[in-house]
Amino acid sequence: MADSALPAPGTIGGAIDVTPHHKAPGTFLETLHSWVVTVDHKKLGIMYVLYALVFLLVGGVEALCIRIQLGRPENHFLSPEVYNRFFTMHGTTMVFLMGMPMLVGFMNYLVPLMIGARDMAFPRLNAFSFWMTAFGGLMLYYSFIGGSGLYAAGNAPDVGWFAYAPLTARAFSPGHSTDYWTVSLLVSGVGTIGAAVNVIATVFCMRCKGMTMMRLPLFAWLSVVTSALILMAIPPLTAAQVMLMIDRYLGGHFFDTLAGGSALMWMHFFWIFGHPEVYILVMPAFAVANEVIPVFSRKPIFGYPAMVAASVGIAFVSLGVWAHHMFTVGMTSVGNAFFALSTMIVGIPTGIKIFNWLATMWGGKIRFATPMLYMTAFLFQFLMAGLTGIMLSVAPWNWQLHNSYFVVAHFHYVLVGAILFALMGGICYWYPKVTGRMLDEKLGKWGFWLLVIGFHMTFDFMHIPGLLGMPRQIYTYEAGRGWDTWNLIVSIGAFVQAAAVLLFAYNLLVSYFRGEVAGNDPWDAWTLEWATSSPPPEYNFVADPVVTSRRPLWDMKHPEDPDWKYE
Amino acid sequence: MNADRSTSRRSYLCRTLVLLAATFAAHAAFAEGPQSTPSIFAPAGTPAASIFDLSLFVIAITGGIFVVVAGLLTYAIVRYRHKKGDEKSEPAQVYGSTQIELAWTVVPVLIVVVLFLTTARLIFAIQDAPRPKKTLDVTVIGHQFWWEFHYPKLGIVTANELHIPVSSNQQPQAVFLKLYSADVDHSFWVPQLAGKTDLIPNNENVMWMDAKHPGLYVGQCAQFCGVEHAKMLLRVYADTPEEFAAWVKNQQQAAVVDPQVEAGRELFARQSCMNCHTIKGTPATGHYGPDLTHLMSRETIAAGAAPNTPAAMKEWIRDPDSVKPGALMPAMHLTDGQIDQLVAYLETLH
Ligand code: HEC
Ligand SMILES: [Cu+2]
Ligand SMILES: [Cu+2]
Repeated sequence: MADSALPAPGTIGGAIDVTPHHKAPGTFLETLHSWVVTVDHKKLGIMYVLYALVFLLVGGVEALCIRIQLGRPENHFLSPEVYNRFFTMHGTTMVFLMGMPMLVGFMNYLVPLMIGARDMAFPRLNAFSFWMTAFGGLMLYYSFIGGSGLYAAGNAPDVGWFAYAPLTARAFSPGHSTDYWTVSLLVSGVGTIGAAVNVIATVFCMRCKGMTMMRLPLFAWLSVVTSALILMAIPPLTAAQVMLMIDRYLGGHFFDTLAGGSALMWMHFFWIFGHPEVYILVMPAFAVANEVIPVFSRKPIFGYPAMVAASVGIAFVSLGVWAHHMFTVGMTSVGNAFFALSTMIVGIPTGIKIFNWLATMWGGKIRFATPMLYMTAFLFQFLMAGLTGIMLSVAPWNWQLHNSYFVVAHFHYVLVGAILFALMGGICYWYPKVTGRMLDEKLGKWGFWLLVIGFHMTFDFMHIPGLLGMPRQIYTYEAGRGWDTWNLIVSIGAFVQAAAVLLFAYNLLVSYFRGEVAGNDPWDAWTLEWATSSPPPEYNFVADPVVTSRRPLWDMKHPEDPDWKYE
Repeated sequence: MNADRSTSRRSYLCRTLVLLAATFAAHAAFAEGPQSTPSIFAPAGTPAASIFDLSLFVIAITGGIFVVVAGLLTYAIVRYRHKKGDEKSEPAQVYGSTQIELAWTVVPVLIVVVLFLTTARLIFAIQDAPRPKKTLDVTVIGHQFWWEFHYPKLGIVTANELHIPVSSNQQPQAVFLKLYSADVDHSFWVPQLAGKTDLIPNNENVMWMDAKHPGLYVGQCAQFCGVEHAKMLLRVYADTPEEFAAWVKNQQQAAVVDPQVEAGRELFARQSCMNCHTIKGTPATGHYGPDLTHLMSRETIAAGAAPNTPAAMKEWIRDPDSVKPGALMPAMHLTDGQIDQLVAYLETLH
């Protein structure tokens, strides 16, 4: 696909900023001010990720309390009320305040750099989106103080993260805790939609010269797919939240079963959001894997067009599977069969992805630095998560497994084993670019192995009480049901994971001050973000880069054997 | 509606194949008679057993996929890891291969076809099972945080502990449940007998089950329904035909009238107990709480939160929150003397 009209490869070399920057560091207030008013995609991206990491710790503490409570039968560590608040807040936090902001942060920081742009398409919308998300999270946590109204002691939402109607009706959920849940998700949803619009506009309109859609780094491709899914999935949730508020305050009866409303309708609205949400969260994990695995295997991604097609395919199919969360609500047999089939079909493009990653590693020279370790664990764990997903799609078996700890184990395998592992690997990979320093490799490996051990202790064994009939969202259980030992192991594993996450956070912190200086391209990588300095200057590139293939830096480093000859 | 026995040969094969499942399967296969466990791998009813067979088949397939893919991954990691001297050159750059990619698309497609067909078969077999002539109908109403059972044809109302006749090959006996909710969503789940079905307000659901061995089957509410969701336990007793007939006969009677506990009976009617509870044959006709007419025929109280003993009963009436925090029965602030009288009365309700 050599195009003679384009400048020869190597032009990107001129994109690197070599002017020395000797700006005096500002006072604390000046620095703070510069972060609060910033519209720079990199600063916003960093803020998104830090915000997500803070909520990872908060949601993690909630999880630990939950696990202490469940470690023994008939435990009294948490009261039923507090337990119910904690699992509701844990779920809501991890999905909306940790998962989504984290991935939006990644997209924000990386997409413009990867496509050779100087910023996002709408920098001010970008800042607005971040602050909406941030306020949504703060408002949700304010409920601990203000949930019962300012005069009473506060309480947080306690209706579960999917908040099934009519438990959310005023008859069953008095006070304001449910309102905090509703409004904060509404607010942060607006932020997420803003971010999605921005990513799509950026990728479609801001690519540098020579970067056709088929030369787009897969990370950017998957960011577009994620953003498209966000645009389709968040509005139903927002609509449902508005209807719920109308029910609660204006006498509406959408979900108010006491007055003829429909509890099923909430479920449909919620899961039409909720299932694509899973893919919104997992696509960025795929995106990271698509960048990291090739670089550390020293080979280009295997089957680039198939990877794009599979991602788009997963996105489409994922819009038609939501009722697999509702196999037990009494759908007709045909309905159940339909959703079983559509869910199984997701397995096909997903399988293609796994095979392509495998083929990328095949014949390579794989360097197992920390980012690649995380990716390897991601591959095994995602495989396992996918297979338990297939089990859950078998509707009759789902009648047994639904709402049991098996499901809890399955989706934590996806959310932690696949997504969190991939994102942590991603943080390790791009940390040198963002800070200009390398992470401590020894600490990183310790953290990784600790996390692997903790993760498998917790979530492998969590499947078993599910198979033994333990339902989710119960604050305690009686002894003698065969669940005790498994729960104890699971709880211990949770603490091992907590230690690993703390070690990871500690590594991020000390390496910022003491880490080895990274240089522009510490991994010998191939996409444009590595063509500028670390950290990149505000304007990213001095001159607009020009690319002629999917791996512009490969072309630059191997002028004798450039990629564009083969694409 | 009978479990398709043609699957048993296949499931036997799976049993030998799948180590993990085999442990559980052995658990089921060697269980002498019923065991009171909520394990889905110890089925004792037709729907649960056919689901169990299907699950073994699915475990075999997914287990096979795992072994193959994880094996290839492991091989790649070991074989292609970076070795000394590797830094001198880059490996061969391969961009893809349409043939290979087509091949590994076709295999998953075939697996999906097989899985879907077996799944669909069982969905229809269970959900659209023709209704046999001899069935028992029960209406289940979910409440925050207890179960109400009606036997419309038998004129029985009871709570939390469901009695059904056992099903044998000579006398197949299916139980058809109609499921409703009085307040929020709940889910009826007794894993050894059948999968779960939700109880949704303003909505009617149906499910059926049978029990192959006499005995107790435990389960619990499987849809979060509020503060005491964890203590909304469920007990199903499969009785022999004789036991069941005797149970029915007793339940159909009005409440026992024992003059010795007259004081307690009066107290029950004077306190607001009667606004919430029914005791057949007395003025108490409340519907908010469980029917107490034959309270002593139950082994537990408050949906399994406590055993049905005089001591637990006293504690429950003195302060329901201390037994089941958040339960919807209020503490009535009665004196110890009053509570003794009440419990003495309740203890006669056989
Ligand atoms: C406001 C309504 C209300 C009042 C008044 C009330 N109860 Fe209850 N009662 C309930 C509810 C609701 C339950 C079920 C609680 C649960 O299991 O969560 C219950 C359960 C019980 C049970 C256990 C039944 C079973 O089958 O497990 C007993 C016994 C009982 N109440 C006795 C009494 C007595 C005696 C009084 C009067 C002193 C009384 N109740 C007053 C609502 C009430
Ligand atoms: Cu889903
Ligand atoms: Cu419940």
